[in-house]
Amino acid sequence: MNPFGTFVQLVVDALAQGSLYAALALAIVLVNQATGLVNFAQGGMAVLGSYIGMTIGGLFIPLVGSTAGILIGIIGAVAASLLLGAFVERFVMRRFERAEEDTKVVATIGVLTLIVGLVGLIWGFNSIPYPFFFTSSESIRIGDVSVSVWSIVTFLTIIALMGVLQLLFRGTKMGLGLRAVADNSPSAALSGIRVGGMRMVGWGLAAALGTIAAILLASKSGLAPNNFDGILVYALAAVVIGGLDSPIGAVVAALGITVLESLAAAYIPWIGHDLKVVVPFVLIFVVLIVRPQGLFGRKAVVRV
Amino acid sequence: MAPSERNLLELTDVTAFYGPVQVLESVSIQVPESGAVGILGANGAGKTTTLRAISGTVRAGGSIVYEGQSIRGFKPEKVASLGIAHVPEGRGTLGNLTVRENLMVGAYLRKDRQQIATDLDYLLELFPNLKARIKSNASALSGGEQQMLAVSRAFMAKPRLLILDEPSLGLAPSTARNVYNAIAQLRKESGIAMLVVEQNANLAFSVVDSVTVLETGRNVLSGTTAELRGNDEIRKAYLGG
Repeated sequence: MNPFGTFVQLVVDALAQGSLYAALALAIVLVNQATGLVNFAQGGMAVLGSYIGMTIGGLFIPLVGSTAGILIGIIGAVAASLLLGAFVERFVMRRFERAEEDTKVVATIGVLTLIVGLVGLIWGFNSIPYPFFFTSSESIRIGDVSVSVWSIVTFLTIIALMGVLQLLFRGTKMGLGLRAVADNSPSAALSGIRVGGMRMVGWGLAAALGTIAAILLASKSGLAPNNFDGILVYALAAVVIGGLDSPIGAVVAALGITVLESLAAAYIPWIGHDLKVVVPFVLIFVVLIVRPQGLFGRKAVVRV
Repeated sequence: MAPSERNLLELTDVTAFYGPVQVLESVSIQVPESGAVGILGANGAGKTTTLRAISGTVRAGGSIVYEGQSIRGFKPEKVASLGIAHVPEGRGTLGNLTVRENLMVGAYLRKDRQQIATDLDYLLELFPNLKARIKSNASALSGGEQQMLAVSRAFMAKPRLLILDEPSLGLAPSTARNVYNAIAQLRKESGIAMLVVEQNANLAFSVVDSVTVLETGRNVLSGTTAELRGNDEIRKAYLGG
């Protein structure tokens, strides 16, 4: 293959992988906006959602055929994770409403540990294949460049989801309520907005978004309870670099990190595949020194 | 003042604590239908806490009756849904939302789209500064504009009772004057009842019919504006001699 073809393939694959990180980063930003904390359980909730999707899909595939069965599984997974997210907010996080930030973050780590343990107990700790519409080895040729179908579908799906979220937040009354609660929840309550309800919606949406990303990942590399542990690191890196309060920043940062990482691995010999993990951390380091609020984040301003 | 059937809001012997500290010892206030009452007092007298007790943002004891039903212990969103709009200390504007979005948050519980649009136009007419900056983020507004936005947002809820926590705080005297002129006009044109906390008695007197003075969580003096204007203590303490 010509050098240009390799380059395009690298970038497309990196964008697809990066869009998974972006989805998880976006979910983290969503919860941070609604509740002001970083949810470490985000990956665990997503993994649980995708196991539920696989199980539901498994039940339906013999009855309605594989395509419809897989689709039903995905819809079931999204519905289940909407409920799961709302449930965790209502029955776990709500109890820590008046607690310190650190306590809340530790609580989310507790939820993560619990979920990963439960998932392992029910479905086992080994990686199992996720039945999907196509296999990860399928690819199509565009000109003389060969691009994997999985990469294209993943990238487009995540971009479409972001568009939907953007519409929800900017164009609907519920979105206005969510943003008001994110901005200043005591003040939002004074206008009659049900803060608790909005937080449940925020957690539910974040969980559903994470689950779709987890299913896309599982369709490529299989499903295991700790599937998202590594990805969470990248997502957090994206959130730190892009800014905790900036959905667009998180997405751009996630895509940027993966593309840079993948290009560095391919074209800078002394980095290669062994050292590429370092790239996001170097980026975090530089951004924290130069712009602590993130590239797209807003500096906290206090007006008196 | 004896409790009467016509009072929209009646606080009787209200108490409140912040942790072990008792902030309200015993506060009683009556706001008549379409009336306006001022709460005066020094820092720490319990003015803000009294308003918070009404809107459900602090836990309170005693009796808080609105439209004949006890609302003590109700959550803030529930109190808001009953028609009480609270403009909190520090204005509570939603900084990352635009001016228009802030106003629409004010109208969150309403379903009468047509009337919402009419009220929005009315407020933007009353506050041309807000109209000029309708698409700006609220955090970019000046202090005076933010206060006007906060009052407008509360008004967008179409409340029966507007409670205002020191609208003049942090504003230049002429700006504070403008804000109060607008509040007086809103009151005259809408007939909404108001409960106004203020440190500057001159400003408060321009809007309210009666006043109560709080000291360390108790009422120490109450009366109509006309009565209290002539009161020596009030004059010395709050009217600048």
